Amino acid sequence: MNEKLTMAQALNRALRDAMAADESVYVFGEDVGRLGGVFRITDGLAAEFGEDRCFDTPLAEAGIVGVAVGMAMNGMRPVVEMQFDAFAYPAFEQITSHVAKMRNRTRGQVPLPMVIRVPYAGGIGGVEHHSDSSEAYFAHTPGLHVVTPSDPADAYGLLRAAIASDDPVVFLEPKKLYFGADEVDLDLPVAPVGRAVVRRPGTDATLIAYGPSVPVALDAAAAAAAEGRSLQVLDVRSLQPFDDETVCRAVRSTGRAVVVAEAPGFASVASEIAARVTERCWDALAAPVGRVTGLDIPYPPPKLEHLHLPDVDRVLDAVDDLRWEEGT
Amino acid sequence: MRPDPEGLLPATEPVTLIDSDGAPVTPARAAVPSETSPADVVGPETQALDAPAPHGCRQLPPTHDLVAALGAMIAARRFNDQAYALVRQGRLAVYPSSHGQEACQVAAAHVLSDGDWLFPTYRDTAAVVARGVDPGQALTLLSGEWHHGWDVAAHRVAPLTTPLATQLPHAVGVAHAARLRGEDTVVLALCGDGGTSEGDFHEALNFAAVLHAPVVFLVQNNTFAISVPLSRQTAAPSLAHKGAGYGIPGERVDGNDVAALLSVLGAAVGAARTGDGPQLVEAHTYRMQAHTNADDATRYRDDDEVAAWSRRDPIDRLRTFLTGRGDVDEARLSTFADDAERMAARLREELATDLRHDPSELFEYVYATPTPQLREQLAMLRDEAERDLGGVSR
Ligand SMILES: Cc1ncc(C[n+]2csc(CCOP(=O)(O)OP(=O)(O)O)c2C)c(N)n1
Repeated sequence: MNEKLTMAQALNRALRDAMAADESVYVFGEDVGRLGGVFRITDGLAAEFGEDRCFDTPLAEAGIVGVAVGMAMNGMRPVVEMQFDAFAYPAFEQITSHVAKMRNRTRGQVPLPMVIRVPYAGGIGGVEHHSDSSEAYFAHTPGLHVVTPSDPADAYGLLRAAIASDDPVVFLEPKKLYFGADEVDLDLPVAPVGRAVVRRPGTDATLIAYGPSVPVALDAAAAAAAEGRSLQVLDVRSLQPFDDETVCRAVRSTGRAVVVAEAPGFASVASEIAARVTERCWDALAAPVGRVTGLDIPYPPPKLEHLHLPDVDRVLDAVDDLRWEEGT
Repeated sequence: MRPDPEGLLPATEPVTLIDSDGAPVTPARAAVPSETSPADVVGPETQALDAPAPHGCRQLPPTHDLVAALGAMIAARRFNDQAYALVRQGRLAVYPSSHGQEACQVAAAHVLSDGDWLFPTYRDTAAVVARGVDPGQALTLLSGEWHHGWDVAAHRVAPLTTPLATQLPHAVGVAHAARLRGEDTVVLALCGDGGTSEGDFHEALNFAAVLHAPVVFLVQNNTFAISVPLSRQTAAPSLAHKGAGYGIPGERVDGNDVAALLSVLGAAVGAARTGDGPQLVEAHTYRMQAHTNADDATRYRDDDEVAAWSRRDPIDRLRTFLTGRGDVDEARLSTFADDAERMAARLREELATDLRHDPSELFEYVYATPTPQLREQLAMLRDEAERDLGGVSR
């Protein structure tokens, strides 16, 4: 069944369908009950499933995640909301010291099937602490799955998969994509997390992107096509587990690659991707893997964020730098 | 010596000196406060003081302080409403208004001496202005031009803090440093009712108590944390009760009664200054508008509730009280209104144009000295800007 949904609606639908399908799914966090969340992702859930299944918590992120750990230890599948990227930091200790490690330290006795939803990244004109790209902190922490959708269909499928997963998932929702609409097939079987996907075919170079940067990469590919260059766009979707196979196959098919990501580039997920591609596709590469990332600065104020964010021009500049003159 | 736990608990009712009709709470009604007369003292037989008050008798503040507070509240209201309008006009990115909380905003600033410090949240721009910061600079964060606008050390006002309660340990640190240097500085730190649920609130109170730091924690309990009412936030008898567990005296005050606020906060600041350690004050007030312009409050509260609180407006109340006593006349009121209007006009003008930014700003303040990588990134931005100017696409 196809429906046109915004990403926000698709996420809401995924929560609703997961709650209907599995009684052990509980949704909680700040303002998720009556208000339906500040982005309305949990809209209507408390009314439909009751205030036990979807409830407002006291305002304390460490408490929210810590309580979710306990509920997961006791047979439930909590899905918690952090209101904004930077407001998940009070929960960092719970996430890195417990959520990520519980399975390992108990030699598999205590898995934590839980999802931590985080509206993240910029491009919405938010004042400070409302636009952080926090993926590297989580992706760097062994024991966490980290995924991020780039369109409504993926938002639905990935969230269903995250809730069904027996590992804890940090689910990063690109805020600037919340209200873009697209067709979603709600009946597709839920694919497990961990697979990248080619969003646009191309033969000259591969743009590797995820979450909020995928539309930027697609726009760049469209602009490049007008200039006679064929760019393939790959959406990583799952930062951990990382789909080396699909990524390498894509890069090998073009021989050139640029990674596009909004987070500051230093010690970033983009760096990890560039390093992996370099190690694994070295013999097929005509140029070093490029990176277009955010600047290495604290997220700037709204009036300056355009200078920070990767845009089409920066992506095309990076593609220009891929040693075409000596090329294959 | 362990403090007597009873002495740490707040009175059963919030301290009120002027009721919502603008009438003095008996028997202060009979007292004619003047600058010099100790007759302002509201005796322990008053209704508001049924329970023992930890800081002694509640005094109606001197008339000139109340008149000054009225002027400042009128300015604060105008500031709030102007800022809200500026969001609609696209001149501010967002505005969390303290409309309805002006008594708390003004009292928090007015009880401090020049050498004291104020630690505000995102909702406390009006307090920052009442402390003497330029209104335009106070709004820099919310205008989206930069993260902060005023000289922190000169004003002794910390930046507006958005991550909830995280400013409170900073306030303790500033107070502790001052104490170690032998200064008599007091730090007044603001937070909301929701913020009291965060771990940092509790760590700050505990540190302050253990270090005996001269901090006054003022919790503006405006009943909601975005959509979440206080009843979902805490099961404690009151937020002021949270002090006792840390060894900090707690007091509750009518947050729409600036006279009571000046009295209670003034006493708390005095106690902190004279070595009694940290103090916790909970002010009962109401967030009259949505959380910010981006919020839809009709989803979680009734108009009736809002209407009931508008009858307890802090400005109407004090105006009624002061005009009733002949302490302000129409001429004075119109001076206050004119001053507020001029401030609003200046604000509109200041915020009418986008600032011109140089990309170097982005890199200049990340470290004491920009790293080689940041210098490279600046060069890239300059190169882009030149190409844009030259009309070269890419
Ligand atoms: C650590 C953290 N979590 C969440 C938020 C998002 N947030 C901003 S204001 C707010 C409600 C705060 O309520 P309260 O402390 O009562 O203050 P008020 O806004 O009512 O003045 C929330 C949840 C935040 N700023 N910081």
